[in-house]
Amino acid sequence: MSAIPSTSPQPEPSQPARRAIPDRLGTPLRRLLASWEVLLLGVAVAIFVFNSLASPYFLDAWNLSDATFNFTEKAMIAFAMALLVIAGEIDLSVAAIIALASTAMGAAAQAGVGAAGLVAIGVCVGLACGTVNGVLVSGMKLPSIVVTIGTMSLFRGLSYIVLGDKAYGGYPADFAFFGQGYVVWVFSFEFVLFLVLAGLFAVLLHATNFGRQVKVIGNNEFAARFSGIPVERIKFILFLLTGLMSGIAAVCLTSRLGSTRPSIAQGWELEVVTMVVLGGVSILGGSGTIGGVVIAAFVMGLVTFGLGLLNVPGIVMSIFIGLLLIITIALPILARRIKARS
Amino acid sequence: MTLLKKRETLLFLIIALMVIAFSTRAPGFGNPRNLAVIFNDTAILIILALAQMTVVLTKSIDLSVAANLAFSGMAVAMLNAAVPGLPLVLLILLAIGIGAALGAINGFLVWRLEMPPIVVTLGTLTIYRGMAFVLSGGAWVNAHQMTPEFLNVPRLAVAGLPVLSWVAVLVVVLVYLMARYTPFGRSAYAAGGNPVAAVYAGIDVGYTRFLAFTLSGALAGLSGYLWVSRYAVAYVDIAIGFELDSVAACVIGGISIAGGVGSVIGTVLGALFLGVIKNALPVIGISPFTQMAISGSVIILAVVFNARRERNRGRIILRNRAAEDGGPDTINKAALA
Repeated sequence: MSAIPSTSPQPEPSQPARRAIPDRLGTPLRRLLASWEVLLLGVAVAIFVFNSLASPYFLDAWNLSDATFNFTEKAMIAFAMALLVIAGEIDLSVAAIIALASTAMGAAAQAGVGAAGLVAIGVCVGLACGTVNGVLVSGMKLPSIVVTIGTMSLFRGLSYIVLGDKAYGGYPADFAFFGQGYVVWVFSFEFVLFLVLAGLFAVLLHATNFGRQVKVIGNNEFAARFSGIPVERIKFILFLLTGLMSGIAAVCLTSRLGSTRPSIAQGWELEVVTMVVLGGVSILGGSGTIGGVVIAAFVMGLVTFGLGLLNVPGIVMSIFIGLLLIITIALPILARRIKARS
Repeated sequence: MTLLKKRETLLFLIIALMVIAFSTRAPGFGNPRNLAVIFNDTAILIILALAQMTVVLTKSIDLSVAANLAFSGMAVAMLNAAVPGLPLVLLILLAIGIGAALGAINGFLVWRLEMPPIVVTLGTLTIYRGMAFVLSGGAWVNAHQMTPEFLNVPRLAVAGLPVLSWVAVLVVVLVYLMARYTPFGRSAYAAGGNPVAAVYAGIDVGYTRFLAFTLSGALAGLSGYLWVSRYAVAYVDIAIGFELDSVAACVIGGISIAGGVGSVIGTVLGALFLGVIKNALPVIGISPFTQMAISGSVIILAVVFNARRERNRGRIILRNRAAEDGGPDTINKAALA
C-alpha cells in the first residue's frame, strides 16, 4: 500500500473509521501508473526537461554531478527518517546531530586524529545521539516530536558551547575524500554511497521481517503489540539508525565543507522531512517506499539546482520547498475528495 | 485541581529559588527593578507562548509563529518607513490582521484538508520567512527609517512599567478569561483532551483548531510589531528559532503536547523561567552560548516530568479514536492508554 501518501487514517471524528475495501484492485499496470512514485518520476522528468531548456549550463555531466551534492547528504538521513516516519515517529534533531558530530570531529582533528579516526568519531557521536533519542522515546515512552525538539536544541547547544562564534578547520588532507572525492569519472564518493545506502534501506524496508514490522507498527501499534512485535525495541533501533545516518552525513558534509561552525546544516530537519513526505511516505505512519524517497531526493536536488542556475536566492528556494511539502500532501487529499464526490 | 495547583506553585518556587541563587552571585539581580526588566524582556515570549498554548491545547502545534512574527513585523516596519504619516494604531491593527491571516491559512489547511499540523506549520514556517525576504528584498529597516512614535510607544513608562510589559499583562488576562469563560476556550480544552468526546458534546473540533491557529497568528502579528519596535530593526532573520522557545515555555509550564491539559499561569511561568535563565547567564558570567543547551535540557526534563504526571491521570473513559488511528503526536498517548 504505497499508492498515495498521508491520507489514510483520519476519519471524520463523528463517525466510525471508514476503511473501504474494494472488491477488486485495478490491473497491476494501472496501479503502477497511478502510483505516487510514477507520478513523482514524471515530475522529476518534467523538471529535468524544463531546466535543460531554461539554462544552457544544466546539461553538463560535471554540473549535474555537482548538483547531486545538494541532496546526497540529506537523502542519507531521509532513508532512515522514512523508516522512522513509517513507524509513526519523527526525529527533528537530525540536523543538530550533524552539528554535534561535526564539532566532535573538528575537535579531534585539532588534536591530530587521522581521517579514519575522524570518521569513527563522527559515526559514534551520531550513534550516541540516536541512543539518547531512542532511550527517551521508546524507553521512557515520551512523544517524539517534543523530545526531539528538546534534543535538537541540546545537541546544537552543546556545539555552541564548544565553538561559540568560532569555527574548526584544518582537517587532514585525506579526510577530504569523503565529501570531495570521486570514485569513477563524475560519480562522487557521496553519490555512490547514496546509491548503496538506498539499496540497503530498500532491502531492509521491503524485503525483511524488520521492514514489515516497521510498517505494522505504523499502521496499528496495538495490533503490532498483540502480534508479539517488540515495538519499543524496533523504535529504539530506528532512532539509532537515524542517528547513525546523521553521523555518516556529518562525515560527508564536514569533509565537503572542510570546516565546522555550530550553525552547520541549520534547518536541514525540515528538508529531510519534506523529502520523506514528498517521497510518498505517509506522515501518519504505516506506508511508504524507499524508491519514492530516492525520486523525491532527485526532484528536490533538481529544483534547487535549477533555481540556483537561474540565480534564485536560497531563501526563495525554501519557499518552493515549503510549498512543495504542503501541496504534495494537500493534492492527494483533494483528489480523493473529488473522487468520492463523483 | 490540587495537582494542577501543585504544578504552578512548584514552578513558581523554582523560579523564586533561581532568582535568590543568582542574587548571591550577582547582587541586585533580585531587586524589583531588575525583575521588572526581566519581565519586560520576556514580554514577547509570554505573548508567543500563550499563542502556542491555545494551539497546543487543541492537540496541534504551530511552528510558524516566529516566521509569522518576522513577516508581520517586516511588513509594518516597511510600511512605517514608506508612509511615516500612518497612525500607529492602524499599523498595530494591520500587524495583528496580517498575523491572523497567516495563522488562518495554517488553520484552514488543518481544518478543511485535515493535514497534520506539524507538517503544515513546518511548511509555512519556511514560506512565511521566505515571504519576508521577498517583501524586503533582503534589506534591513533600521531605526532611523522608523518614526519615533513607532519606536517609542512600547517603551513609554506607565505606572512604573513600560507599555510593552502592560501589553503582555493585558494579553495574559485576556487569554486567561478566554480559556476559562468563553465557549471557544472550553472547546479548545475539550477538542484537545478527547476529540471524540468533544464531537459527541457538539463541538466542531476542526473549527476550534482553525480559531486557535488564527488567534495564534494574531498574537504572533502583534509580537511582530512589538519585536521590531523593541529592537528598533527589522530584517528577515529576526526571531529565528523563537518558535522552539514558545514550545519550550509551554512544555515547561505543564502544557501537555498531547492536548487538553495546561493553564495560562503555567505557560506564563514557563516563559518567565526561560526569561530568568536568559537574563541571568551573562550576569553570573556564563557564556550566552550555553543558553540553547540549557533550554534543550529543560524541555526534555519538563517532558519527562509531564509524562509522569499524565500517567497518574487514570483511565480515559471514552476511548480516544484519534489516538487509535495514529498520527505522530498521538501515538505515544495510545501506548500509554
